[in-house]
Amino acid sequence: MTLRLRTLRTWLVWLVYAFLYVPILVVIVYSFNDARYTTEWKGFTLKWYSALAANGPLVDAALNSLSVATLAATIATVLGTLAAICIRRYRFPGRKVLHGCIYVLTVSPDIVMGISLLIFFIAMGVQLGFWTLLAAHVTLALPFVTVTVLARLAEFDEQLIEAARDLGASEWRAFRHVLLPLAAPAVAAGWLLSFTLSMDDVLVSFFVTGPTFEVLPLRIYSMVRLGVKPDINALSAVMFTVTIVLVLLAQTLTRTRRK
Amino acid sequence: MTQRRPFRTASIAVVWLWLGLFALLPNLGLLLVTFLERGESDFVRLVFTWDNYARLADPVFIRILGESLWLAAASTLVCLLIGYPFAYAVATARRGLRPWLLLLVVIPFWTNSLIRTYALIIILKSQGLASNVLMALGLVREPVSFMYGEFAVFTGLTYTLLPFMILPLYASIEKLDKRLLDAAKDLGASSLRAFWHVTLPLTLPGIVAGCMLVFLPSLGCFYIPEILGGAKSMLIGNFIKNQFLVARDWPLGAAASTILTVLLVLMIIGYWLSSRRVALRERKGADTGAATAGRTPDTAHGDGEDMTHGARGRA
Repeated sequence: MTLRLRTLRTWLVWLVYAFLYVPILVVIVYSFNDARYTTEWKGFTLKWYSALAANGPLVDAALNSLSVATLAATIATVLGTLAAICIRRYRFPGRKVLHGCIYVLTVSPDIVMGISLLIFFIAMGVQLGFWTLLAAHVTLALPFVTVTVLARLAEFDEQLIEAARDLGASEWRAFRHVLLPLAAPAVAAGWLLSFTLSMDDVLVSFFVTGPTFEVLPLRIYSMVRLGVKPDINALSAVMFTVTIVLVLLAQTLTRTRRK
Repeated sequence: MTQRRPFRTASIAVVWLWLGLFALLPNLGLLLVTFLERGESDFVRLVFTWDNYARLADPVFIRILGESLWLAAASTLVCLLIGYPFAYAVATARRGLRPWLLLLVVIPFWTNSLIRTYALIIILKSQGLASNVLMALGLVREPVSFMYGEFAVFTGLTYTLLPFMILPLYASIEKLDKRLLDAAKDLGASSLRAFWHVTLPLTLPGIVAGCMLVFLPSLGCFYIPEILGGAKSMLIGNFIKNQFLVARDWPLGAAASTILTVLLVLMIIGYWLSSRRVALRERKGADTGAATAGRTPDTAHGDGEDMTHGARGRA
């Protein structure tokens, strides 16, 4: 590669990183700024962070989100993994329909899922709140788990399972001792993806939760619509830090497992 | 099958039950609502009508739909134009450096998209960073605001969805066998020709996956236009949301979302048909390729590859 092309390439990489990171870094810097309205620097403060901790509704919404995301991710991972195994291992009527259904769900717009579930829950006479949100988030995440696990299952040899079965293992034991350990990294990745989808989701949650159960993304949504506020800067900084920690943790986990 | 497999039966039943209850049934309900009349006390009245679709043949709605498609397509294209060279640069960087470069894309990918949208306000608003930089460069005299309008929405979509383009592109470029490019060059192809005839077709799955991951979410998203575009900008996501929450016109909102779904399904079918044609052509190419490879000294390698393909085909 010529020198000019190489310089160009380096520039491009740095520009894209700048595009991705400058906005969020600016927000983090402002979160320590001791000024309510101006964009000028008025000195270092931590008061927006203490304001954040004292913001009761926000803390409640965060706790609600954590509990829904943990539960939804777990259920979606179990169901999604089962679906992947059914599609990959078994021949049964409707298998292709199931596969197609999963695929369509991964690409169908979130907003359509949101309103269809809203209509469904209202028609059934279900009170919107924790349970409706949980069911919606499981349905939102499930196909992504299935796709992730299916990709992993495609990588290893079907004969391993057949061998286990030939040696007299029941379907459950073959699943528990052969299939699951092999698919474990994908299952873990699926859980993490589901958790993030649930923590991040606005488009579905907006329609399927009621006023009694507020979650973090919706809380942030209503705050952000009012414009730039120092306490949202602090909140952004906190959430960004948590994300970095989680990503690094996930990376180390997968790397040690591979060794 | 005479064997009883309780685990198998239970798995299939549970999966179908969940999807049937929370995916199929709600979507059928949604479709049903599009043919019902709007109700006064309840949300709908059980009277069949085509009227909701007729009401969507309105210039206002068509403009909203057109604008949404245009913005989604524009941000997808820009993401691709930025993302492809970037992903290529990362995928061909030094091996030890790659995980770290990739990590820097993965972090924004996992960061809450509302937070990222919010971060853009600080850059785009009047006296924000973009305005200050332009003033410092002497390009503008007065503070400018990039907020509230098509440009802000476009920037927001591109900014939040760029990692979704880069990651699949990176995966497909990294998998690319660089020896193929060397072979093309040895046979006298220019870099551009090698790129056009080797790299591009082989990384097409990554391109398509990336485009879908940007285009589809940008169509339904209502918070980016609302936060960055202001009250004036109305995309299809906002239209649907308003019908459900403000106008309380469920049948109209449901009909609009059905139109959106139908459009997406048509696009996916189109992609599927074209990819099948490409796959067929590739298989033909691979067969002739294998026949020529048989005559070269590198036969052992070719056989090994055939076997892995065969195993996959069987599985």
